[in-house]
Amino acid sequence: MSLNNVVASGGLDCHLNSGCGFPAPGAEIFLFDDIASLTIGNLEFHVTKVTVLLFLIVFAILAFFIYAFRKPKLVPRGAQNVGEMGYLFIRDGIARDTIGKDGDRFVPFLFSFFFLVWLSNFMGIVPFAQIPVTSLFAIPVAFALIVYITWVPIGIYRQGFGGFFKNLLFPPGVPKAMYVLLAPLEFLSNLIVRPATHAIRLFANMFAGHLLIATFSIAAFYLLSASVIGLLGSAASFTVAIALTGFEALIQALQAYIFTLLAAVYIAGALHPEH
Amino acid sequence: MINVIAAASAAVAASGAEGEEMPSVLAVPIDELIIGIIAFLIVFGGLAKFALPNIKRTLAERADAIEGGIERAAKAEAEAKDLAEQYRAQLAAAREEASAIRTQAQADRSAIIEEARSEARAAAQQVTAQADAQLSADRSQATSQLTRQIGEMSVTLAGKIVGQSLTDDARVRQTVEDFIADLERQAEGTSQGSAQQ
Repeated sequence: MSLNNVVASGGLDCHLNSGCGFPAPGAEIFLFDDIASLTIGNLEFHVTKVTVLLFLIVFAILAFFIYAFRKPKLVPRGAQNVGEMGYLFIRDGIARDTIGKDGDRFVPFLFSFFFLVWLSNFMGIVPFAQIPVTSLFAIPVAFALIVYITWVPIGIYRQGFGGFFKNLLFPPGVPKAMYVLLAPLEFLSNLIVRPATHAIRLFANMFAGHLLIATFSIAAFYLLSASVIGLLGSAASFTVAIALTGFEALIQALQAYIFTLLAAVYIAGALHPEH
Repeated sequence: MINVIAAASAAVAASGAEGEEMPSVLAVPIDELIIGIIAFLIVFGGLAKFALPNIKRTLAERADAIEGGIERAAKAEAEAKDLAEQYRAQLAAAREEASAIRTQAQADRSAIIEEARSEARAAAQQVTAQADAQLSADRSQATSQLTRQIGEMSVTLAGKIVGQSLTDDARVRQTVEDFIADLERQAEGTSQGSAQQ
């Protein structure tokens, strides 16, 4: 809901009682013009605000953690302390809890996902950025795809090709006749719906949250007019937009946690099919 | 979530209906997908190579340090226990030694007392024997002196009674000496009798 978006939605003069309908925000607030474009082969890469933010995040994560862990001390202080909290949260709270003893090997993988997703989400409430990078559907799809092409090969490697599909499609403890129904369902649920929901869950949460904040922000601007109802409505919308921003901060962290936790759960399932 | 997607689709449809052709928010352009994958790979590669191994090593070292501390404490405790055991053993040995010394001292004391007693007894016997000897010597001296005096007094008495001086007369002297010898014999007989008693 930057000024450009508001202008795009109806113009600066568009207010209540100015003969202008409410410019409800739509999909256009998620679309940005190219800053530059780059053609490699026959593929055109569009550099937009979102891609710039994504690479700023990548740089920020690398800069902070390489700085924080450059010369770690036995007694941590400053940046190392903060970085260590993040590391232990991923290692103990997600990797060891979900995967178990051999979870330590996946800490870098899960750690990268958590902070990349969290900061991507967080861009939604950073002034001037104000667009969650993960509300661009291709980004969560890319992340979920990486998780998918990680846990499936792990499963095949650890259980063998036949064992992997047998464990996946024929869960034990079910009457044999039921497999006729169950196997296709399990196939659909584990190999198709699982990666799709993994991506859509993150995308939809960020998309919806951003749309809500945008709607109330635009409403606060639209209702700002010379009438009691308009002023009251504007104040109420403004308050709701602020409250939603706080709420979004929570959702952003939560969705990053859920995304990472699910990645860990899928990997754990591939490593230990009996669970 | 499904509602959200529906709302999103509706929003897209609505904006599309306004006339302007807009790409769907659910579209996945291949270039954005590749950018997303590259972004993750950079973060993953950078962290896995330059940041996380350091902190992993440090955490392992810290765990080691803490476990090492516990180990050292356990070792020190065992050492202290050993030392205490050693002290206790030494103390017991010392106590035993003290008791042995005490027993020895007691034995020594009775031996010394016995010795002193026997010495004292011997000394007393010696003193008694000397006293006895002195006594018997004194007695015999007194007896002989007494005998002689009695003799002289008897002579004197007899002279006074007879009225004549017999002092220088050799015959009388012989008589007196015989008499005294006779007395001495008698006295010896009595003293031997008393010694035998």
